[in-house]
Amino acid sequence: MLTDLIALRETEPGDIRLLLDTAQSFREILERPVKKVPTLRGRQVVTLFYEASTRTRVSFENAAKIMSADTTSVAAATSSVQKGESLLDTVRNLRAMQIDCLVMRHPQSGAAHLVAQALDIPVVNAGDGMHEHPTQALLDMLTIRQHKGRLEGLTVAIVGDIAHSRVARSNLWGLTKMGAKVRFVAPATLLPRDVHGLPVEVYTDLRAGVEGADVVMALRLQQERMERGLLPSLREYAQRWGVNAKVLELTKPDCIVMHPGPMNRGVEIADDVADSGRSVILEQVTNGVAIRMAVLYHLLGGEASA
Amino acid sequence: MRTIFRKAHVCDPSQGIDRVADVVVDEGKVLAIVDDSTPYDVGSCEVIDCSGLVLTPGLIDLHVHLREPGFEYKEDVQSGTAAAVAGGFTAVCCMPNTDPPLDEPSVIRGLLKRAEQVGVARVYPIAAITKGLQPEGLTEMAALKEAGAVAVTDDAYPLQSAEVLRRGMEYAGQLGLPVLTHCEDKSLTKDACMNEGLTSTIMGLRGMPAVAEETQVARNCLLSLYTGCRLHILHVSTAGAVRIIRWAKERGAPVTAETCPHYFALTDEACMGYNTNAKMNPPLRTQADCDAIVEGLLDGTIDAIATDHAPHAAHEKAQEFALAPFGIVGLETAFALSFTELVSTGRMSLSALIEKMSCQPAKILGLPGGTLAPGAPADIALFDLKRSWTVRSSEFRSKSRNTPFEGWELTGKPVLTMVAGRIVYREG
Repeated sequence: MLTDLIALRETEPGDIRLLLDTAQSFREILERPVKKVPTLRGRQVVTLFYEASTRTRVSFENAAKIMSADTTSVAAATSSVQKGESLLDTVRNLRAMQIDCLVMRHPQSGAAHLVAQALDIPVVNAGDGMHEHPTQALLDMLTIRQHKGRLEGLTVAIVGDIAHSRVARSNLWGLTKMGAKVRFVAPATLLPRDVHGLPVEVYTDLRAGVEGADVVMALRLQQERMERGLLPSLREYAQRWGVNAKVLELTKPDCIVMHPGPMNRGVEIADDVADSGRSVILEQVTNGVAIRMAVLYHLLGGEASA
Repeated sequence: MRTIFRKAHVCDPSQGIDRVADVVVDEGKVLAIVDDSTPYDVGSCEVIDCSGLVLTPGLIDLHVHLREPGFEYKEDVQSGTAAAVAGGFTAVCCMPNTDPPLDEPSVIRGLLKRAEQVGVARVYPIAAITKGLQPEGLTEMAALKEAGAVAVTDDAYPLQSAEVLRRGMEYAGQLGLPVLTHCEDKSLTKDACMNEGLTSTIMGLRGMPAVAEETQVARNCLLSLYTGCRLHILHVSTAGAVRIIRWAKERGAPVTAETCPHYFALTDEACMGYNTNAKMNPPLRTQADCDAIVEGLLDGTIDAIATDHAPHAAHEKAQEFALAPFGIVGLETAFALSFTELVSTGRMSLSALIEKMSCQPAKILGLPGGTLAPGAPADIALFDLKRSWTVRSSEFRSKSRNTPFEGWELTGKPVLTMVAGRIVYREG
């Protein structure tokens, strides 16, 4: 029984499957001319974002609205955070306004964990630091399953800034729980310490890392990594670890390419890949709405409460 | 006033005593340890029946943050020394990262005056090695020593410049002041909040690699060899640091070292769930490090067990993991944790533990105590080693509750503590 969605590492495989199946069935609602169902009418969903986000925030809000929930969005820049209020005091105040569900993004790993322990309502982690971004991994898994018909036995190569990526971590736990094999491909300075202790194959060479893969997922490279001295230049990164059409010749012929966005074209992903038939990047975005509908549906108990 | 402890199991490693005997205390000093104290019982004295209890020289903690002056909402001299004596400690050495810091004689004198007024445990101030704990200039160590400082340190603000530390050691050395260092290469620990390893990778937290501690342990040991200055390495937490200290001692470096109970009782997995009460600096490491720490204690590489008692208010710890302050309280759990983890498991003898928690700390800083030799101050701890108890932070005398050991079942309880012949703690 799901009470919060904080980390896929702590989510049962059965719950992951349930969320994927539910989202798949909700895809149909997104194809309708009138995209509205009464399922969560009267429910208050608050999105609390301490980090800039377009895609994830809009995706959650649209998902809530399609299910007829009321949504309020709080951005850290305009909130009492500026006045030095602690995270726990902020969310306790929101809770006191009788909200039903809190969706939060925060730059600190573990922030969603901290909040979920303090609140008696469902908390959804929309990304916490370098820890996890569970709905992103769920929408990635849904997209892969739509193309491959399964997750079990697939090889998924995740390429790029693994060390700082919550997307990589959530995908690792989600995909391996569903029976897929995961590879991390990154320059040594972007691999986290003791990564070999995780259930993952690790490569520093892109060509070896994508060989025979069913899925290649490129991660966003932040400019900040150059500033911290982790990489010499964008050029060398693009040449050695950028996903392009040439390197994809080494994958399975039907390999799909994914990216959690926003893309740095010409850096971690080449134009000839991002806009190609292998790219499922925009499908990921659509599936994101369906996944978030499924998450809110199961956490808020659906129509049972009407 | 005379006190007689009758039929205690007296454990005093400084004299090689480990047997049942009576201890006679008179005028604040140890008068005698005898098989039969009847001749000393002159009528007006208090006789304490110690059957089944262990009596030792009072524990001495080399590493305590009393937080006074400046952070009295976390701890103060009154609450900190009350916590100390409830843990069997009769003396605490307090760290200078206060506000103002302990970098001027007047602050040292003020602190000592407070300790005297409070009159619970002995307090030995450790002064800052540099002004304001900033790397700019050395403190007036001669005046600080005169005011009562027993050592100097860079604790909490580890000196990054080898040159500043070198000069600090030379200057302290001429005055006979030991230098205590917190070993951390800050360039390797930027924004980091726990041990770097598989656990930090899973949690998505920036890690402090063991090598950040070890490079500075090596550097500081080499500087001790070079300058001849007495160096004491604070809170050793890694296997590599133990090996380096062993190497330095073999070469005759005047180096001593301490560890803390949490470095052998817990690993970095205690941080899972973003438990900020398991966040301290240096961080909890791995099982291999814990094992090496115990080995270092057993072979004498690590001389002492201290607490690094670092109180923080509840609201400060109830934050995002990376934002919460480093540190845990330790005075009221240190003995029982050490006894449970080291002695009950058969890895260490009781007398070796008392050596690490009382005799050696006294020797390292040249403090009174650490012995029950006739004429020594009557600083005494009495323990019930058969007693199991549950750690409940709500019962701490400390103002703060930040312990990772909440709910732990431990063996060994301090039941009475005496400082200078005066009973300052009695259970119940």
